[in-house]
Amino acid sequence: MTDVKGHEVTKMVETQEAVAVSSRQKAGLEARGIHAWFDKHHALEDVNLFFPENTVTGLIGPSGCGKSTFLRILNRMHEFIPKAAMAGEVLLHDGDIYDPSVNPAEIRLKIGMVFQKPNPFPAMTIAENVVAGVKLAKLKVASRDEVIEECLTRAGLWKEVKDRLGAKGGSLSGGQQQRLCIARALAVNPEVLLMDEPCSALDPGSTLRIEETIGELSKTMTIIIVTHNMQQAARVSDYCAFFLADGGPGHLVESGLTSQMFTTPTDKRTEDYVQGRFG
Amino acid sequence: MSDTALAPTPAPIRPWKVTPRMVAPQLGLAFGGAVAAMAVVLATGLAGFDGWLVVFVPISIIGTLLLSRSKGAVASVDAIVGNGIVTVAGISFYPIVSLLWTVISQGLDALLNWNFVSSDMRISGPDDELNMGGALHALVGTLMMVSIAAVITLPLGVLTAVYVTEVRGKLRTLVRFIIQSMSGVPSIVAGLFIYSTVVMGMNKFSGLAGGLALAILMLPTVARTAEEVLKLVPDDLRSASYALGAPQWRTTLFVVLPTVRSGIVTSGILGVARIAGETAPLLLTASYFTATTFSPTEGPVASLPMFTFGLLQSGTEYSFARAWACSLLLLLAVFVLFTIARALSGRDKR
Ligand SMILES: Nc1ncnc2c1ncn2[C@@H]1O[C@H](COP(=O)(O)OP(=O)(O)OP(=O)(O)O)[C@@H](O)[C@H]1O
Ligand SMILES: [Mg+2]
Repeated sequence: MTDVKGHEVTKMVETQEAVAVSSRQKAGLEARGIHAWFDKHHALEDVNLFFPENTVTGLIGPSGCGKSTFLRILNRMHEFIPKAAMAGEVLLHDGDIYDPSVNPAEIRLKIGMVFQKPNPFPAMTIAENVVAGVKLAKLKVASRDEVIEECLTRAGLWKEVKDRLGAKGGSLSGGQQQRLCIARALAVNPEVLLMDEPCSALDPGSTLRIEETIGELSKTMTIIIVTHNMQQAARVSDYCAFFLADGGPGHLVESGLTSQMFTTPTDKRTEDYVQGRFG
Repeated sequence: MSDTALAPTPAPIRPWKVTPRMVAPQLGLAFGGAVAAMAVVLATGLAGFDGWLVVFVPISIIGTLLLSRSKGAVASVDAIVGNGIVTVAGISFYPIVSLLWTVISQGLDALLNWNFVSSDMRISGPDDELNMGGALHALVGTLMMVSIAAVITLPLGVLTAVYVTEVRGKLRTLVRFIIQSMSGVPSIVAGLFIYSTVVMGMNKFSGLAGGLALAILMLPTVARTAEEVLKLVPDDLRSASYALGAPQWRTTLFVVLPTVRSGIVTSGILGVARIAGETAPLLLTASYFTATTFSPTEGPVASLPMFTFGLLQSGTEYSFARAWACSLLLLLAVFVLFTIARALSGRDKR
């Protein structure tokens, strides 16, 4: 069986099966036995997920089930929260990103992130915002202007801002700011891109643009996207993972091919959720 | 399939925490390097602190390079810059520590006599032995005048800052300009101003006059700091409150100010720090008195800086010891005040 992109596909559910998958598909990123705590509060329990290289995985589930927490664990942002703790490992190129010898800054350079709330740097211009990561990480680029145009185009913002690249980042509308943030994340060329409800502040047109961008990007990078929009999950993702908290800590209920998750899920709760019957 | 037979929950860990084991090589290097540099200084012609530094810096750079050699160029640069920062911090810390140490070691002598904090100089002179007389009158006077200044200035300063940043009234440029200029007023001028108004008016020196003179100096510090702190409150918060139908004054009182509570406390602390050791403005307002007085309106009042000043002028062994103890007492009093203020303002969330 092959999916839309011609990847060879296999159902991925638990680690054992994930390992079986990984023998055929290269891992973009892999989470093994992830737990998360906020002080004493156990927020996430034993999540195992395999993200094949150059695919899009959608994380879905009701509010508060730990999707953002899981996403932040994937690029070492979890540790910025005081009293946060975790367990498990996250493998990038077979190495655990939580190994003490690993420099977290390098990990975050390789695993980029777009946040739910647009957060352009207010003191920088639009152009400066796009190349902020390039400058902060002291990367070398052939042409700064080319990077700016390319990234803004890929984020679907170029046409709107090409005449005012010198304006401050904060002068854009909410949706434009979000696309600017996506352009900023693209400029450092990450291997993996994490997106936490990136379209929640966007109009349908921009959303469509972003979704096209995601499809385009997934040719060269592994994308993990949190979304509350089932149609969006169905449209953009190759794989889906359904999280649920129901009272206790959040955990993974089911994961697999998006087409399967939306048509023939194995778990009743998944079926109810994707069909909008609860959550 | 899914959630059957869950693995037992592992213990929470924080892999990002720096463990002693990770910094042990660096600490060992710093300590070993310091000792080695000391040995070189003792054994060769190099001398003094700069000589030591000349030896220590290369040792620490080479050692750091060796320690981080397996981790790549970026890690090496990281380690060297990190080391440099720690070294520079250590060097700039040195004067502060040495200052504190001098005050403590010199002042402890007299301060360790109980009578130093329990009696005043009514019946003893500055040259008497250390088991007679004390600084109670000065301590009480300083606390009284600083309290007067704080009670006047804290509300006034915060209100000024609120006027400038929240109310944004028409006169805010003028108010800001005046506050700015006030911070440039020499402290003796503040004393002179109160002398020509309050002291001449009441026809006597008093604690009240001293407190007022200190308030003049404290106000700009409090107002400016509070203003900068209020400017950091995101406009989103104000919008959220207005959108709930709250009038401006309730927004300021229940949303804006609580958000920056610890910053406002900091402005008060900086203000007190500014005035606690002032001598000049008290010279012409509170003057000095040998007995403990609790009344701010009946005649001159002693203060720790003024007492210290007088003791230094007498210039004998015992009076010097007392002067050092006074400085130490002032440091301790300020430290206690700040600790209380911090505890009351609550821990910062971040
Ligand atoms: N900084 C924090 N401190 C304490 N608890 C937190 C913190 N962040 C999240 N939590 C808790 O962890 C759990 C998971 O939160 P998380 O933000 O990951 O949910 P989510 O699935 O992203 O929800 P949403 O869809 O609403 O964004 C929640 O119960 C939440 O209360
Ligand atoms: Mg979330």
